[in-house]
Amino acid sequence: MATCWTMGMGARMGVCCHSSQGQNDNCRPLSLSGHVGFDSLPDQLVNKSIHQGFCFNILCIGETGIGKSTLIDSLFNTSFDDRMSTHFQPNVRLKAQTYELQESTVRLKLTIINTVGFGDQINKDDSYQPIVDYIDAQFEAYLQEELKIKRSLYNFHDTRIHVCLYFISPTGHSLKTLDLLTMKILDNKVNIIPIIAKADTISKSELQKFKIKLMSELVSNGVQIYQFPTDDETIAKINATMNGYLPFAVVGGMEEVKIGNKMVKARQYPWGIVQVENENHCDFVKLREMLICTNMEDLREQTHARHYELYRRCKLEEMGFRDTGPENKPVSLQEIYESKRHEFFGELQQKEEEMRQMFVQRVKEKEAILKEAERDLQAKFEHLKRIHQDERMKLEEKRRLLEDEIIAFNKRKAASDLHPGQAFASTPVSLKKEKDRKK
Amino acid sequence: GVLTMGWQGVDDKEYVGFATLPNQVHRKSVKKGFDFTLMVAGESGLGKSTLVTSLFLTDMYRDRKLLHAEERIMQTVEITKHVVDIEEKGIKLRLTIVDTPGFGDAVNNTECWKPVADYIDQQFEQYFRDESGLNRKNIQDNRVHCCLYFVSPFGHGLRPLDVEFMKALHQRVNIVPILAKADTLTPSEVEHKKNKIRNEIEHFGIRIYQFPDCDSDEDEDFKLQDQALKESIPFAVIGSNTVVEAKGRRVRGRLYPWGIVEVENPMHCDFVKLRTMLVRTHMQDLKDVTRETHYENYRAQCIQSMTRLVVKERNRNKLTRESGTDFPIPAIPTVPDNETEKLIREKDEELRRMQEMLQKIQRQIKDSH
Repeated sequence: MATCWTMGMGARMGVCCHSSQGQNDNCRPLSLSGHVGFDSLPDQLVNKSIHQGFCFNILCIGETGIGKSTLIDSLFNTSFDDRMSTHFQPNVRLKAQTYELQESTVRLKLTIINTVGFGDQINKDDSYQPIVDYIDAQFEAYLQEELKIKRSLYNFHDTRIHVCLYFISPTGHSLKTLDLLTMKILDNKVNIIPIIAKADTISKSELQKFKIKLMSELVSNGVQIYQFPTDDETIAKINATMNGYLPFAVVGGMEEVKIGNKMVKARQYPWGIVQVENENHCDFVKLREMLICTNMEDLREQTHARHYELYRRCKLEEMGFRDTGPENKPVSLQEIYESKRHEFFGELQQKEEEMRQMFVQRVKEKEAILKEAERDLQAKFEHLKRIHQDERMKLEEKRRLLEDEIIAFNKRKAASDLHPGQAFASTPVSLKKEKDRKK
Repeated sequence: GVLTMGWQGVDDKEYVGFATLPNQVHRKSVKKGFDFTLMVAGESGLGKSTLVTSLFLTDMYRDRKLLHAEERIMQTVEITKHVVDIEEKGIKLRLTIVDTPGFGDAVNNTECWKPVADYIDQQFEQYFRDESGLNRKNIQDNRVHCCLYFVSPFGHGLRPLDVEFMKALHQRVNIVPILAKADTLTPSEVEHKKNKIRNEIEHFGIRIYQFPDCDSDEDEDFKLQDQALKESIPFAVIGSNTVVEAKGRRVRGRLYPWGIVEVENPMHCDFVKLRTMLVRTHMQDLKDVTRETHYENYRAQCIQSMTRLVVKERNRNKLTRESGTDFPIPAIPTVPDNETEKLIREKDEELRRMQEMLQKIQRQIKDSH
């Protein structure tokens, strides 16, 4: 039996290496004869992490007005963003905002992503698609960085969603159809923690029944929500208990009310005051404990080791990569990559050639058409010119005749001036012409 | 108020006796009994059934089976009716509650208001036929007198589906909007949401049921009450099926770790106002408006569309469009004429262009010589 030290904690890159019992028989446990000092390794790791800072990305999915922003404000005790959304968005979109928080020496880069317009449309068939696209896009960004030649994963701002808080409307009956469909699509892409929002409208007895109904609906439809891990014995017990409280029934609020001599976050009603941090009133404290204090790091690890790996594998398989080649021999990523590249390059050249030929042909066709048109035009032009010539000649003919007549008329006029008596006997020109013709 | 003549002595010569008419009406109506049809509409889980039970203090939903989420994905809207006979101090009321299970529950809710609108129209149609029939002795009046529309308190006011539903139905039935599960809202939030919803109703042109103005000679208390009623729309209600003990009294309410919500406490919610309005003061007016406005509109439309059909038939047999008719008919659409005219215009354009070109060529030839 042999165990090797695992370097998985806080890993933002690389794969955890972990050898199972019985496999590595050439590794035997030895006892130390003195203090070496490698028991400081966790501290070194921790120091490094603190130095680098942490990053955490929360996705909140829920109907408009259900209390997503208020809950996040309450969880992190900060007023992040105040604006109320309208119900009349034509489609669902996501809004991401990043904040830098600090608590004692620990710096946290917190990104909060909210859905805008979720559940408002009359036709909600495509409501989950923008969410899926967003989650995949973050995985893709990380994958691209990982596949780069010159990469800087250490400085990479990891935008992958570490946890999804799904806000369930407190109807008291069951899940809404949209909730069921959305959670089913997302359960293998992100860690889902379902919570019952605005839980101050459900009485204790109704709440028990509601929680049981919700969990049974999730289980019977095969939706895998995030389970708080029970493998680490220091937190196994508390996590197991908390798993039984899911979905957490929360109440959020930033207004403060004086109770006793303290100012606490609460909602004041005519019939009583609901205290946000009172475990008897709601599960807010449990959520905060589980989400932030105990399991934040596990959420990040699960995202990287499980959801991201699944995405990566699917994506690469889609692109045609395999771990084993045609003769079942293992092939490296690089080899496949090269062969793919050649293939694509060949295809590309072929396509280019085709396009060029098509282009040449089209040009020829166009030329032919234009020539034809030119010829037609030329023919018409000739035709018209000829007609014009004919007309001109006719016109010339007529002009000559007219001139002849004028000359004849003038002659006669001159003659009649000389012989006045003959003027009355003179025949009109046309008759004279006829006479001439008869001659 | 009605001018009531005092009961004067029998031997007074001025006395006629018709002052007893109201009593006669009262007596007859008690004998006949009353009926009222109330529709409740809104998404699942907003407390409709609980509210109906609280309003009429009868549990008609005992054997109800709720569907699971996966069953509701493709669910269509159903219309269900529960009819109960209740009696109070000798007054009999036949109450019909019309439910709309499935409304707004599917993923794609396009036109999910249609079955509801069709149901209301069907009741009108049936009444119309009965009313126009020869034997009118036992007409069943199933027309919907009031529709309580439940708006979710978890959002920021009206949602697209709410607007669509109300717009589709405001000409068919009296809509009274309800702000459901109001125990999730603090008093200031209630105020804020009511204002928002009222503004949105006005903005979208939705005509909800209007309370009739009270007569100017009513007493101040009544007027104030009436005013308060009008300003409470939408009613922020809480319903409950259970009776709890609060401050030594047994009240209908909801028990929380932080306090007890009393359904009938006007400081907690508008349940009492709703009940007063719906049952104690305005029930008759709701029926009257349904009869006099919504039904009459339906009837007039029905008749007009019937005559339009008749007229169209006649015109098809004649050759000309200008045939005299007795009824005012809408202009027959001129789409075919527009199209042919358009084609003619296009052809004209073409001819003109060709002529121009020819002229240009002729001029060119002339110039070159």
